[in-house]
Amino acid sequence: MGTPTGPVVAVLDYGAANMVSIGQALVVAGARVVVATDASGLLGADAIVVPGVGAAAPAMAHLRERGLVEPLREWVRAGRPCLGICLGVQLFFDRSDEADAETLGVLAGRTVPLREAPTLPHIGWNTVEAVRPHPLFEGIPDGSHFYFVHSYAPVPADESVVVARTTHGRPFVSAVACGSVYGLQFHPEKSAEAGLRLLANFLSLVAADAGVATQVA
Amino acid sequence: MLARRVIPCLDVANGRVVKGTRFVDLTDEGDPAELAERYAHEGADEIVFLDIAAAPEGRSTMLEVVRRTASRAFVPLTVGGGVRSVDEMRDVLRAGADKVSFNTAAVARPELLTACAERFGSQAVVCAIDARRLPHDEGAERIWEVVTHGGRRPTELDAVTWAVRVVQLGAGELLVTSMDRDGTRSGFDTELLRAISSRVRVPVIASGGASGPADFVAAVRDGGADAVLAASIFHRRMHSIDSVKQAMAAAGLPVRPVKEAVA
Repeated sequence: MGTPTGPVVAVLDYGAANMVSIGQALVVAGARVVVATDASGLLGADAIVVPGVGAAAPAMAHLRERGLVEPLREWVRAGRPCLGICLGVQLFFDRSDEADAETLGVLAGRTVPLREAPTLPHIGWNTVEAVRPHPLFEGIPDGSHFYFVHSYAPVPADESVVVARTTHGRPFVSAVACGSVYGLQFHPEKSAEAGLRLLANFLSLVAADAGVATQVA
Repeated sequence: MLARRVIPCLDVANGRVVKGTRFVDLTDEGDPAELAERYAHEGADEIVFLDIAAAPEGRSTMLEVVRRTASRAFVPLTVGGGVRSVDEMRDVLRAGADKVSFNTAAVARPELLTACAERFGSQAVVCAIDARRLPHDEGAERIWEVVTHGGRRPTELDAVTWAVRVVQLGAGELLVTSMDRDGTRSGFDTELLRAISSRVRVPVIASGGASGPADFVAAVRDGGADAVLAASIFHRRMHSIDSVKQAMAAAGLPVRPVKEAVA
């Protein structure tokens, strides 16, 4: 498990997000974790993780206040690895219907409320169904359960970024990948063994990308 | 498909898991973080910590418990008991909890639910409703009354009306405990659960009365619960999380298998 030679992952701290769990889970999966509260925190990182629970507008306000919006866009334009979780992946798209917030716009599309959901928020363990094979899900059987807590989900303009879908009422996009930008609508850090495996897979992709020597779990 | 959750509940007093009935005859049952980790390995879908002492001096102890648990058990954590402000909720979330459950504080100051939901999102705000059946009067409108302080204090609030109201105020989930059934192992009050789950769109967690796997099935099938919580039957190893989930699966309910093969 945790090795001091793993990739350096900067976890963005921009307010109310649950930082403890994602940081600990990344460490268990083999990362060296730094917490970034501003752009200087990204120096020396091999990858960025954008966590997040809560609402899009205050999250964007926090990112602006801390001068993180442009550095994040630059990071993605440079093709460097970035993982958005829950609200984090929603922020990657152009806009969110939640308070009609303008978001980062590194992926084309918008975030919309879950439609025809029998319960809202969508809270609990749901199955994630592969749309196409992806190394993020290496070793994880198709249809495994992951933990969700949300009421919105992104609708990518480009279908080719969709990696997996999940159904709660209607199907929605639960995982995306575009180059080195990855996004998960569920919480791998709260999804027991399957979640830790997914984070380890992410670190393998980061290591391959950065060319750093690593041994992940 | 969304799985129905099975949730062990740990009563915590001064940093230790305790067992007992209504604050009396408490016995020490071990370290909360260790027990939570064990339950996570045994397939718990979530862990609930209830701080039953909930004394101000115990809060830092509880935060430490949450911190230690969040670094070892990678499943959702809910903390209830003694949180009375937005700042206190922030501290609990930053320690690693995913949700905070409000009970007495919500009855005393319902606007607290709104303030917390606006700050952290309604998904993080659980409202615990302890309900007790009223003596039956012909034509009575109220069947269940909300009680607080561990069931000792009546509020005159109708439980179903209160459930609808707290959801409007911002609660994203309801933890519904039947005080008539709590600790009795006579099964969940599925009428109470159905009366509430049929009126709200948020998930309902059933609590109070579990005696065995069949009760979990009934809470979901008859009560409309999304999740089922129990304490003593798991602590005393009368039933395992696996045996409960197997019974639920056999009844056709979607569950997350205890062991999903990860290669």
